[in-house]
Amino acid sequence: MSARAADDRSTEVVLPHHTSGTRAFGWWGMLGLIATEATLFGALISSYFYLRFTSGSVVWPPGDIPKPSLTLPLIMTAILWSSSIPVHLADSGIKKGKQGRLKVGLLLGFILGATFLAIQIAVEYPETLHEFSPSTNVYGSLFYGLTGLHGAHVAVGLLFSLWTQVRAWRGHFDERRHVTVQNFAMYWHFVDAVWAGVLFTIYLSPHF
Amino acid sequence: MATAAYPTRRGFFTRPRSTTGKWSWFFTVDHKKIGIMYCVTAFIFFIVGGLEALAIRSQLAQPNGEILNAEVYNQFFTMHGLTMIFLVVMPMGVGLMNYLVPLLIGARDVAFPRLNAFSYWVFLFGGIFLYSSFFLGGAPDGGWFGYAPLNETLPGHGMTFYALGLQILGVASLAGAVNFIITIINMRAPGMTLLRMPVFVWMTLVTAFLLLFAMPIIAVALFELMFDRAFQATFFDPTQGGDPLLWQHLFWLFGHPEVYIMILPAMGIVSDVLPTFSGKPIFGYNAIVFAGAAIGFMGWGVWAHHMFTTGLGPVANSAFALSTMFIAVPTGVKIFNWIGTMWGGSLRFTTPMLFSIGFIAMFIIGGLSGVTHSIAPHDAQQQDTYYVVAHFHYVLFGGAIFGLFSGFYYWWPKAFGKLLSEKLGKVHFWLMFLGFNLTFGPFHVLGLNGMPRRIYTYVEGMGWDFMNLLSTIGAFVIALSALVFIANVVITRRRGEEAGADPWDARTLEWSTTSPPPEYNFEEIPIVRHRDDFWHRKYIETPEGEPARVLAGGAVATHEHEAGHGIHMPSPSYFPIVAATGLPLLGYGVIYFNSTGKALLVLGALVTMMGLFGWVLEPGAEERV
Ligand code: HEM
Ligand SMILES: [Cu+2]
Repeated sequence: MSARAADDRSTEVVLPHHTSGTRAFGWWGMLGLIATEATLFGALISSYFYLRFTSGSVVWPPGDIPKPSLTLPLIMTAILWSSSIPVHLADSGIKKGKQGRLKVGLLLGFILGATFLAIQIAVEYPETLHEFSPSTNVYGSLFYGLTGLHGAHVAVGLLFSLWTQVRAWRGHFDERRHVTVQNFAMYWHFVDAVWAGVLFTIYLSPHF
Repeated sequence: MATAAYPTRRGFFTRPRSTTGKWSWFFTVDHKKIGIMYCVTAFIFFIVGGLEALAIRSQLAQPNGEILNAEVYNQFFTMHGLTMIFLVVMPMGVGLMNYLVPLLIGARDVAFPRLNAFSYWVFLFGGIFLYSSFFLGGAPDGGWFGYAPLNETLPGHGMTFYALGLQILGVASLAGAVNFIITIINMRAPGMTLLRMPVFVWMTLVTAFLLLFAMPIIAVALFELMFDRAFQATFFDPTQGGDPLLWQHLFWLFGHPEVYIMILPAMGIVSDVLPTFSGKPIFGYNAIVFAGAAIGFMGWGVWAHHMFTTGLGPVANSAFALSTMFIAVPTGVKIFNWIGTMWGGSLRFTTPMLFSIGFIAMFIIGGLSGVTHSIAPHDAQQQDTYYVVAHFHYVLFGGAIFGLFSGFYYWWPKAFGKLLSEKLGKVHFWLMFLGFNLTFGPFHVLGLNGMPRRIYTYVEGMGWDFMNLLSTIGAFVIALSALVFIANVVITRRRGEEAGADPWDARTLEWSTTSPPPEYNFEEIPIVRHRDDFWHRKYIETPEGEPARVLAGGAVATHEHEAGHGIHMPSPSYFPIVAATGLPLLGYGVIYFNSTGKALLVLGALVTMMGLFGWVLEPGAEERV
């Protein structure tokens, strides 16, 4: 899609309609999404500390809610963070045209992410709901609000992964065309990185 | 034609093809059509919000008014505010950005055309969702800033509609913001360096960045409100350790950037209209751009000036008073730039020019009363009185709306090929200008005389009667002016004067293509060598420094020949509107969280997923893997 330049220099100009590589529109779009999502988590985490320090309660968590245990969250952390490794390998693999690495990496990442989410829903929440719910007090609202929002992001990431995998199996990616893989990897790493904030806020900070 | 030869992906349906006719509007991804739809929809909401205002003013025309009861009054002023902010000023700005940004930077469309369509439909459905509350037990009634804990204790579904409706509208704004940022960063024509961009494009960029970081903050506030209202969470409930002030912090951390989101597009419009009708380039381009960007940064540091009376303490109050006074500096810089642009120019007082000048004058008044709010002890007197109402109407109506109308008159001939009648335009301007000052000028006095805002009636003998009557008369004059505008549009459609490509002898690229522009905007992508490039193609400078017309009139496009064949544009698409349909369903699902509601949640999620699924699998036209 080229057009002759308007004047005698007859420069060949290409309409900026499609691009690829690190500056593909999709890449920029993902960057925008991540910026806004990071702000979202930032505002929610700020709410947590704001409410904690204005609640007037000397003990935190307030009421008779015990401090969050650390074992399960740390296991979950290990699982979630390790999922970034295969995703990264998949992403860097396809840039060299390695289809096998792409498929295996995406699959492994998916399994680890799904395990994380399964533990949250099937192990962690049943345990905590035993002790407190979102309506027990503000601590409960914050706990489920923040971890739930993060869990929802993992779920979206899993759907995104599924779609990327389907396309990987259909052979849509190669060393030149892989914006989707790159975007998925960016999103996934972001969801993992944000977990650091959740981990610190929800699980670690009540201990000091 | 690289893209045409890329049919490897098949969707469920072939993409819709037609770009004309009624249905083309539903599936279009053309930024110009979407821009027009945004503006038309926002104008309809302007009428609705205006009717609400007329009802409010009729109620307050005399003491002990009996037109609206307290409940309805509360719903009306809340919906009036929400409508004017989220359904009028913001989308009108976005509509003009949509229409103009690609044309102004010499591109053929925005970066993500389908996302653009999606954001329009989400906006429309969000607006309808919010308004459906009137028929489902009552509209939001806690004020446009919906303070806690009132926002939780108000009965009915009204404030739940508020929490979800604004959330949906936020999705639309975010999608638009990402789209504009990427378009402006990536799709400028060759030679269109950042500092050659028209000021409107700059202001769009700053606005988009503000949206990108402001919307998630209100999203969190609304998310917390939704959980409190629908699922008994306790974020704002002080009896359970929550804190109502958290709402205020989050709301105004969004809310002050939001006022710049509303005013910056208008400032951009004025900065492009004034040079055209002054026959001079903008005075101090760098300063005006820099001031806009500075506002974009400083706007984050003043939010607590809305909270002077909440007991933040003298240190915080002083800090926010100072930062607020400071933010008036870049605003003042812009005002001097506009005056400098007109200074010594050969002024043409066309309708768009009149609206721009009206903008400057009214915005100065609103800005000055804003600075009086920044003095914290002073503000303690003004808070929640009509004085504040006067202030924000001078900046929002006298500022943003006047600027937007300036833009409508200015770009109308570009979009529709016909000039709006100047005679009726001037009648419109003068009626609106007089009506506006008659309505809102008295508010200053009323406020200083202690009339609180948001009261549905008052008794006689407070000394407020006369000013209230004046104000109501003014409101009807404004309504009349809107009718004149509508008449102007209707008459112009029937027998308007043909505009031609460049009716105003303007300066920027959009005037170099036909009116209306072809679907692909520019047959040849322009090469930009100057700021105000189009002007420089038309004029050279004589040794005396006067402009002289270039004789070969080749600069303006005429398009009689069969041009543009083989320019590939993205095809229309079914999926943006489908994906957008799911969001209000999700909203109703949360509001009626019983078995029907849960079914609606599932349905909404399915519809959105289907839409997105179809979207990503659609045969690529703009996204290639
Ligand atoms: C010169 C720059 C400005 C200054 C110094 C300023 C200052 C202020 C202050 C201090 C308040 C708080 C009043 C109170 O509630 O006690 C306020 C309220 C408000 N301002 Fe501005 N402002 C400025 C520009 C704008 C602009 C450009 C807009 C919109 C386009 C705007 C819209 C509003 C609105 C809607 C409110 C009402 C808040 C409420 O409901 O209480 N302001 N402004
Ligand atoms: Cu403010």
